[in-house]
Amino acid sequence: MAKGRYTAGTFAVEVAATVAAICFIFPVYLLVTIALKERSTWSRNPMSPPFNPYFGNFKQAWHEAYLGDALISSIVVVTLSLVILVTVGAFAAYFLARCKPRLGYTLYVFCLLAMVLPFQLGLLPLYQMMRDLGLLGTPFSLVIFYCGYQLPFTVFLYTGYIRALPRAYDEAAKIDGATDMQTFLHVIFPMIRPVTGTVIILNCVFVWNDFMTPLLYLQGSRWATVPVAVAAFVDQEITDWGIVFAALVIGIAPVMALFAVLQRHMMEGFAGGLKA
Amino acid sequence: MDGTAGANTLTVDSAAGELATPPPQSLWRRVLASGGVSYLFILPAVAIYVAVILAPILMGAGYAFTDWDGLRQIVNYNGLANFRRMIGDQQVRSAISTTLIIAFSLVVVKVVLGLVLALVVNSNVKSRNWLRLVFFMPVVLTPIIVSYMWKYIFSNNGTLNTLLKMVGLEPLRWLGDPTLALISVIIVTSWQSVGLSMVIFLAGLQAVPPELEEAATIDGANPLQRIWHVTLPLLAPAMTVCVVIALIQGLRFFDQIYALTRGGPGYATETLSTMIYRISFQFGEFSYGAAVAMVFSLIVGVIVLPVMQVLRRREIAHG
Repeated sequence: MAKGRYTAGTFAVEVAATVAAICFIFPVYLLVTIALKERSTWSRNPMSPPFNPYFGNFKQAWHEAYLGDALISSIVVVTLSLVILVTVGAFAAYFLARCKPRLGYTLYVFCLLAMVLPFQLGLLPLYQMMRDLGLLGTPFSLVIFYCGYQLPFTVFLYTGYIRALPRAYDEAAKIDGATDMQTFLHVIFPMIRPVTGTVIILNCVFVWNDFMTPLLYLQGSRWATVPVAVAAFVDQEITDWGIVFAALVIGIAPVMALFAVLQRHMMEGFAGGLKA
Repeated sequence: MDGTAGANTLTVDSAAGELATPPPQSLWRRVLASGGVSYLFILPAVAIYVAVILAPILMGAGYAFTDWDGLRQIVNYNGLANFRRMIGDQQVRSAISTTLIIAFSLVVVKVVLGLVLALVVNSNVKSRNWLRLVFFMPVVLTPIIVSYMWKYIFSNNGTLNTLLKMVGLEPLRWLGDPTLALISVIIVTSWQSVGLSMVIFLAGLQAVPPELEEAATIDGANPLQRIWHVTLPLLAPAMTVCVVIALIQGLRFFDQIYALTRGGPGYATETLSTMIYRISFQFGEFSYGAAVAMVFSLIVGVIVLPVMQVLRRREIAHG
């Protein structure tokens, strides 16, 4: 398959791949189709395209699952977590990339340890801690959890990138009389923008999609995030799939929109970022 | 380190000049010197790490040796009682084997399918950009939401059974039969995450120098031989990443089971994650949950670390 030559074999692969892709994406088609049908319609023809789209399901799901509140809650949690992760992570990585090798290695091992050890072991005491601090049921408990849980990975990404930057930049800034902080803010941070993009994309998707933690920390509170609100709603509404699917569609719409805008960046971010 | 060491050698070399005596440095100074930027930069990260990761994990390990239920003020040390109870616990054993089955199936499916997809979307098929998007998209979708969607597809009057009936086959109880339920859970997770392996392999493939593949073709290798002997060995680093991610994901996963089966039918799809959740937060047996979580940590460590070692060694051998 030398690039550029389009042979009969390539065509066969193309056809097979296209068929596979259609089957692959079929569940998503189904999701949207059924969400747009009334109960009587989807129970007879679940798979046909929605010729007369019905939007009542969306209205009902939006109100009954409190999805408006859930969206706000998710956005608050994601934004706060990202701001803290980017700031704390980039600061720490700058230190790691520029410190003595032995110290750097020790800290690196601690980072790795946190990524391999299952967080389940810490989940219970952390829950206890949040309860004692009165943070259960507030978005802060989640923000604290994500900042801790995603920090080692964030530091990893940043450190690899900053290490590759020549120290000459730092030194030039120092000679010009810049403090560490000024060097970082005005010289280093602007140069690491691409990896900041990756950090934001990966953490955003993780935090937005996480279900188990908010299930524990926010259950029954007004601050339920989108996955928790949708799950709670679906579990009581499981009889009418039209309404259920409408809730699901609203639930994944924000991530889908993000993906539509950032497709290439997201794929590159996931491919490159998780390698660090 | 670099900076100071360099400066010292320099002064030793030019030791002829008496003026070049190094500035006196106390031992403390040298031990504490970061060699670069101020410690203030790493302070917030260390604080978060200790408070949110290290302390809870150590406390969790400690609770495993007590009888604490998560509510009472009194905590009694009870030695290895929790671990002894675990040995006799049929459910723990079944959860461990279920977890391992799921993890290893996921590794195989994701590596094989991910590699095939990557080869296809890296070839010169016209639709390769569309194919990449389609196969990758589920990766970013919320797992719990996607799982509820599949719950409908797998339900008794759902899509899969409708399709089976259309071709004249008997409908199956996808989520009701213990073996099928396990397979269903694996299908959903594979569907969602095969795109991730695909893009990782794709990035690896794009880094393979085209001259090498051309050379193999000129030497008379057929496409399969070329992939097997030239491309695959060069993909070793991507392979490591894929296997490790798939393993960790497989060992930890929770959402899909919560939505699809709740661990059922019976305990057929109960994994260690769902079990820890159930024991600790629904039955309120905090300390027993901690003990299970500790054993779980050991299992993850014992599996993931050696796998990483072996795969890395392969990378070096080929690199």
